Amino acid sequence: MIDFIAGVFGSSNYWYIVLRSTAPILLVTLGAVITEQAGITNMALEGSMLWAALVGVLASAATGNVWIGLAGGILASLVVAWTLGFFALKLNANAVLCGVALNLVGTGGTVFVLFSLTGDKGISSSLASKTLPFIKLPYLGEIPWLGKVVSGQNIVVYLAILAVIVVHVILNKLTIGRRIRATGANVEAARSAGIDPDRVKFLALTVSGVLAGLAGCFLSMGYTSNFTSGISAGRGYVANAAQVVAGGTAVGAIFASLIFGITDALATFLQNIGLPPELIQSLPYAVTIIGFIVVTISRDRREAARKRALFASAPAAAPREPVPPTRPGRGAA
Amino acid sequence: MDLILETKGLTKVYGNGTVANRRVDFGLRPGEILGLVGENGAGKSTLMKVLYGEEAPSAGRILLEGKEASFSSSQDAIAAGIGMVHQHFMLVPSLSLAENLVLGKEPKRKRSRFFDQDEAVRITEELSAKYNLKVHARARVVDVSVSMRQKLEILKVLYRGARIIILDEPTAVLTPQETEELFAELAELRRQGHTVVFISHKLDEVIALCDRVSVMRDGRLIATHEVAEVDSQTLSNEMVGREVRLKLDKTATSAGAAVLVARDLSYVDDFNITMVNHVSLTLRRGEVLGIVGVDGNGQTELVRILTGLERSLSGSLKVGGRELMGAGPGAIRRAGVAHVAEDRMTVGAALGASIQDNLLADRYSEGRFTGRFGFMKTEAMREEARSIVADFDVRCASASQSVASLSGGNMQKVVVGREFTADAEVLVVSQPTRGVDVGAIEFLHRRIIAMRDAGKAVLLVSSDLAEVMSLSDSLVVMSAGRIVAYFEDAAAVSDKELGLYMLGLKRQGEDEIRKVLHED
Repeated sequence: MIDFIAGVFGSSNYWYIVLRSTAPILLVTLGAVITEQAGITNMALEGSMLWAALVGVLASAATGNVWIGLAGGILASLVVAWTLGFFALKLNANAVLCGVALNLVGTGGTVFVLFSLTGDKGISSSLASKTLPFIKLPYLGEIPWLGKVVSGQNIVVYLAILAVIVVHVILNKLTIGRRIRATGANVEAARSAGIDPDRVKFLALTVSGVLAGLAGCFLSMGYTSNFTSGISAGRGYVANAAQVVAGGTAVGAIFASLIFGITDALATFLQNIGLPPELIQSLPYAVTIIGFIVVTISRDRREAARKRALFASAPAAAPREPVPPTRPGRGAA
Repeated sequence: MDLILETKGLTKVYGNGTVANRRVDFGLRPGEILGLVGENGAGKSTLMKVLYGEEAPSAGRILLEGKEASFSSSQDAIAAGIGMVHQHFMLVPSLSLAENLVLGKEPKRKRSRFFDQDEAVRITEELSAKYNLKVHARARVVDVSVSMRQKLEILKVLYRGARIIILDEPTAVLTPQETEELFAELAELRRQGHTVVFISHKLDEVIALCDRVSVMRDGRLIATHEVAEVDSQTLSNEMVGREVRLKLDKTATSAGAAVLVARDLSYVDDFNITMVNHVSLTLRRGEVLGIVGVDGNGQTELVRILTGLERSLSGSLKVGGRELMGAGPGAIRRAGVAHVAEDRMTVGAALGASIQDNLLADRYSEGRFTGRFGFMKTEAMREEARSIVADFDVRCASASQSVASLSGGNMQKVVVGREFTADAEVLVVSQPTRGVDVGAIEFLHRRIIAMRDAGKAVLLVSSDLAEVMSLSDSLVVMSAGRIVAYFEDAAAVSDKELGLYMLGLKRQGEDEIRKVLHED
């Protein structure tokens, strides 16, 4: 067993799969990070991915052009994000409930559309859809072991790494990033500074829609080469938990999604040694939930300890205990 | 002398009929610091909100430099050079001071959307030096003191070009040393030609800082004085001077044994401000202990601790000898503490639920209302609701109508009806008659006294000074989270004297305050 695990962790093939598994969860986690920083929870990421995965396949099959497929997929994802924005921001509906509703529409709606067009409810294999290109890196690909890990990945894996930088720049270097973080941290302060919180949130939803669209297209046009029903497999929900583990930063999102990617890839290998597949498939989700709980508890404890320390060190303006009556006889008139 | 900003016959009536400002003629001279004093609800905040564009006046005119002005939002007021620093800061804790300062009006690198961090810091440091308001531009707001956050708020207003700066009780959150610093900074602003409105409850501060002072009471501007020609006693009288006390038939009783014993309670709020600072007190049977104090001096938080809605950082809370520190509101209720919450709209009642459901909210699971297998005994429940409705004179068509459809007074009777029939030994009663009509006020007062006569221990918190004074047997004064005075006999103290303690002008010795413990 130990030999087996050591063998897995030493193999370049394993780490290649880790990167491949991490990419989609990283993209949606970045989407969750930017919306949460703006003070709106994008619970519809799951639905965004589903529609992107389906529309990407359909558009690429219809036009024979994978890039039109990708554009179509991203647009479908954006429509979901904008719908959420319309209900949550314009009509003041509860954002989380709207998100869940949109996800349910996605689960049923994608299967319905697939069945209407192909007569098949489970998989789009009858369609001649395209796959996004895999890219061999020059020079880097020559390096032994490491080259096999990083080179030859799907273009979306590289785009995911680029997305980390983009989201990091938006949040930390651009003016709009200050406004996003201000809106999320204290909406009244933002409003009083003349910022329109709804516009900021809508913009964050748009960015997260593009990211979720990219992730969805990758699932059906790179990670696998078909759309299958429920292809997003809860990654949109995991992203909202991973966002907390990430501490609301783009760089943190790498670590949070690597937790998922590492266990997800491990699960593929563990299937070979005869453990029940259902148990193994639940592993990445269980690990993410545990990470979420650990991070949340430790953050709460730190905050409570900080408050206690602050109170203990507060200037002792008054005696802590009532002064004992050392001078008897002195009282009210 | 010409006025930079004035109001003529300004009246503000809120949607619910409350008249917050009555024909106010307010005037501000250029380059002065004007103090604005008055009790809670005197209309100071409303007047300032109107001047800052946050509220629209119902009648009257606003003149800015002699010209008619109207502000439909605070953005308009800011554009006209009027800025306001709220009591609750409008800051983003996770961003740096410089980032907060420029928020909404950010410097950008040339021809780009990139935020210019260095320029933001430079602007902050330049403004900081110009007005001698020292701040750490690069630190995050969460890491700096309350007094530095306040300086940042003043700088924010200056960055947006304000010439008139309104400060809403700026010293409420400061230590005496920080207050002195703030005064020097405000004097510097005046020297550079800015005009300041300083809202405060603390008369000694107003006298130390201001050029003139205006006094408000009951929505009216009572008087404006040159500070050099007035003393704090005169101002205090003008502020709290009031009509005859409410007449109340109250027989003297003697207090019995201690029921609720609270020792060394403390609470720090989310802004790291110590709202309750090592407070100790004892409630005794057959006694109404009143808490007086300007709103926001820790009364709300103290009540929340005593009723289990908030957890104290220190000390102990015993009811009938049992330690209840850290127990939830349910356990504290079961131990015999009933709570008439200060806000009946959010804490005291469930507005959408029926009168009956509200009346039974604390007892529906008891054996007399819930039978075997968890089935509710509807007839017993209806009977209980009917009897409380009749007893407490709740004016309604039936007990099944929603609480939201009742008037303020009847809604309060529902809350009081539930709490006073809860068979509790301790009643924590907060703002019992806020927003309640005169008829209901008298009714509620009589019921509170009846509970005392029945041997209950009552803690009464109210911003209505006359109410606390007439109902209470003993009084405690809270200021800045501490108990600053205790009067064993409420009848022996005048409102003028209480005013001095409330406004922080006087403080009893520890020996006298300690008597509230009844430990001898």
